[in-house]
Amino acid sequence: MSTSAAKPRVATVSLAGCFGCHMSVLDIDERIFDLVDIIDFDRSPIVDFKDFTGRCAVGLVEGGCGNEENVEVLRSFRRNCDILISLGDCATMGGIPALRNLVPTEECLREAYLDGPSVHNPSGRLPNDIELPLLLDKVRPAHEVVRMDYFLPGCPPSADTIWAALTALLTDKPVQLPYELIKYD
Amino acid sequence: MSGNIAQTAEQVCGAFGDDPARLMDIIRGVQQRLGHVPDAAIDAVARRVGRARVDVESVVSFYAFFSKEPKGRIVIRLCDDVIDRMFGYDAVRAAFEEELGITLGETTPDGRFTLERTACIGMCDQAPAAMINDTIVTWLSTDKARRIVSELREHMTPERLVKRVGGGNNGHPLIRAMVHNSIRRPGPLIFSEINRGEAIRKALSMSPAEVIRAIKTARLRGRGGAGFPTGLKWEFTRSASGDRKFVMCNADEGEPGTFKDRVLLTERADRVFAGMTIAGYAVGACEGVMYLRGEYAYLLRYLEDVLEKRRADGLLGRGVMGRDGFDFDIRIQLGAGAYVCGEETALLSSCEGMRGDPKNRPPFPAQKGYLGCPTVVNNVETLCCVTKILEVGPATFNMYGTSRSAGTKLLSISGDCDSPGVYEIPLGTPLGEVLEMCGGTRAKAVQVGGPSGRLVGRDGFDRLICFDDLATGGALIVFGPDRDILEIVSRYMAFFVDESCGYCTPCRVGNVLIKRGVDAIIAGRAEPRDLEQLEDLCRTVKSTSRCGLGQSSPNPLVTALESFRPEIEARLRADPNGYRRSFDLSRAVRPTEQLVGRKSVHT
Ligand SMILES: Cc1cc2nc3c(=O)[nH]c(=O)nc-3n(C[C@H](O)[C@H](O)[C@H](O)COP(=O)(O)O)c2cc1C
Ligand code: SF4
Ligand code: SF4
Repeated sequence: MSTSAAKPRVATVSLAGCFGCHMSVLDIDERIFDLVDIIDFDRSPIVDFKDFTGRCAVGLVEGGCGNEENVEVLRSFRRNCDILISLGDCATMGGIPALRNLVPTEECLREAYLDGPSVHNPSGRLPNDIELPLLLDKVRPAHEVVRMDYFLPGCPPSADTIWAALTALLTDKPVQLPYELIKYD
Repeated sequence: MSGNIAQTAEQVCGAFGDDPARLMDIIRGVQQRLGHVPDAAIDAVARRVGRARVDVESVVSFYAFFSKEPKGRIVIRLCDDVIDRMFGYDAVRAAFEEELGITLGETTPDGRFTLERTACIGMCDQAPAAMINDTIVTWLSTDKARRIVSELREHMTPERLVKRVGGGNNGHPLIRAMVHNSIRRPGPLIFSEINRGEAIRKALSMSPAEVIRAIKTARLRGRGGAGFPTGLKWEFTRSASGDRKFVMCNADEGEPGTFKDRVLLTERADRVFAGMTIAGYAVGACEGVMYLRGEYAYLLRYLEDVLEKRRADGLLGRGVMGRDGFDFDIRIQLGAGAYVCGEETALLSSCEGMRGDPKNRPPFPAQKGYLGCPTVVNNVETLCCVTKILEVGPATFNMYGTSRSAGTKLLSISGDCDSPGVYEIPLGTPLGEVLEMCGGTRAKAVQVGGPSGRLVGRDGFDRLICFDDLATGGALIVFGPDRDILEIVSRYMAFFVDESCGYCTPCRVGNVLIKRGVDAIIAGRAEPRDLEQLEDLCRTVKSTSRCGLGQSSPNPLVTALESFRPEIEARLRADPNGYRRSFDLSRAVRPTEQLVGRKSVHT
């Protein structure tokens, strides 16, 4: 993979998501070769960079924020990327993880770690390792935590949608998604 | 026990002929007897009137004054409007809470008292006010609140709290209320003396078409807010096909800040009923219904008595004033604490014994209204004007006002002014002149037409009160120089959140989001982009809601921005990093911090 400084850099992350949106990025199939001709991946599970190495043109954010670490990571994306895209319904609206917003945090944790019928936890304590990020009271869509510039709906958005949006942005063209790409029934 | 409940419920149903259209009265009756409307009563009522259980239950749950849960024998409902907040609501509430030993929303353990809040009860010129069962108490202070509770503890009879009655008919033995009329400026038309029977006699000397023509010549437009030409509305109803037609008087007066209909009903009830009778003659209706807001239940016995006297005098009933073939009678339908029921189609739903949901239009009430029959719905004041037009002739009526806004208009003025009360002014009077009349010239802003109207800053004080400029159903709330505009907007949004019927998502959800956005600005956590989005949301709610409530609910913010944009924008700040300032991480992790006993390292 080339690291020419002239190419715009793209970062991606999965926060409170299922990685489905990232799979959809990979679904662009062989077009990934065209992609890396015009961009370099920066911080992203795709290249396994754990931190930013430079300023990025675009950040793709999968998933909303369910814990404090999600918030910190999303904020660092905001600081390091010119354009941030909410990728998929979880980033855009909270999605499946936000179903827990209907349940108070305490009830959620108790059910998961203490009271649930399949739970075996003789210590009777909630997990509390210092490494574990603290849960937020509610799962927030990305734009409630930092300013987001674009939203690609879908669960996940199709590879064609991602491809169309990304190439338009990277080649300075208006992002125009034909109806078929954002139609879901 | 549940056998008794069912029996009671059935008795009440029987008293109303098991008529499902009278569900409002049936449920009110059940609640009066049992103190609440338990499941067993709902079952029994549903069986007796032949409605699905869910229909009955949804009526009980829709209206603020009905309850499935047991309430105290005395329910104290504190009026929680912007005006009350300005004049000491918080302290009064605290005094009641302390004295009763409960917090708002609770019932005392002995089952004697419940303390609640309610939307504007139409006493803004004597705020803070409250309803204690059906009794109105006004000009509350902390001392008065304490005194009220200790007295009630002794005799448990709210009526006995009324020691000194307000002026005029408030002292009538059938009313006996401490409510004041505060008619500051009686005008030449609406508040003039009545010559009972004269208007109907004149109407009966004309053909119905001539009566409608007279109303048109007078250029009368509806006084309830929308300003629709009354003559035209009547003509539509007259020409609509159907043997049975209705005249409805809209006495719901729910728009916060409005109380002029209350004064008319107290002082000029005959003129209102005469207007309904004339409307009945003009459109060919034999039946009239007055929809009286539940907050004005204290006027019910008096109004019933006025009706009874009119019947006795031949002004109502078979062959009105000896005219063969013109029968007309009126019944009063009591509401139960739902603002949206003032919207004419919601009013019809409510009268038909359903939730107060607005209906789709068309068909308009003039074509298909109450019980599917052609129906005229007019405001109390409009009907007074009708009577006056017949009394003095259209030319005398439209001598006042402007060419497109004829006649005089009642204003209910409250807030930061020297003389709150009711004013009758010619339409077309500049707002500034009205402020001089009421001693409110120092105002920073005036809410014209209540929350669904518009907030007008000093830049708009030369504007005219009339249908083409500052249209108003009658509310005028004056805000002095020290009031926080956004606090006012937030309170009004809270009102719409409470009162939305919930049918359309833009109104049900949008108003909550607008309120949240406004509160974020107040808390100093909003960015310029947030305001842009809020404005966008306001446009969406206005343009995609079904009825007038949602179509106007964003008005407090939208119109505040017209006069106070710089002041509001000064409270916005972008975050240099692009973080959303409305998101508070320390707050969001607090519950988990407490559960696991560890502090976040990120806050
Ligand atoms: C949410 C809402 C509440 C209303 N409340 C009242 C009311 O309390 N009294 C009233 O006369 N009109 C009210 N209106 C206006 C009525 O729908 C209707 O236009 C009016 O009663 C017609 O009578 P008018 O032509 O004599 O004004 C309300 C409208 C809306 C949308
Ligand atoms: S949007 Fe769908 S695919 Fe993407 S993270 Fe959420 S659940 Fe997974
Ligand atoms: S706009 Fe609001 S009040 Fe009117 S019908 Fe819709 S939800 Fe109900």
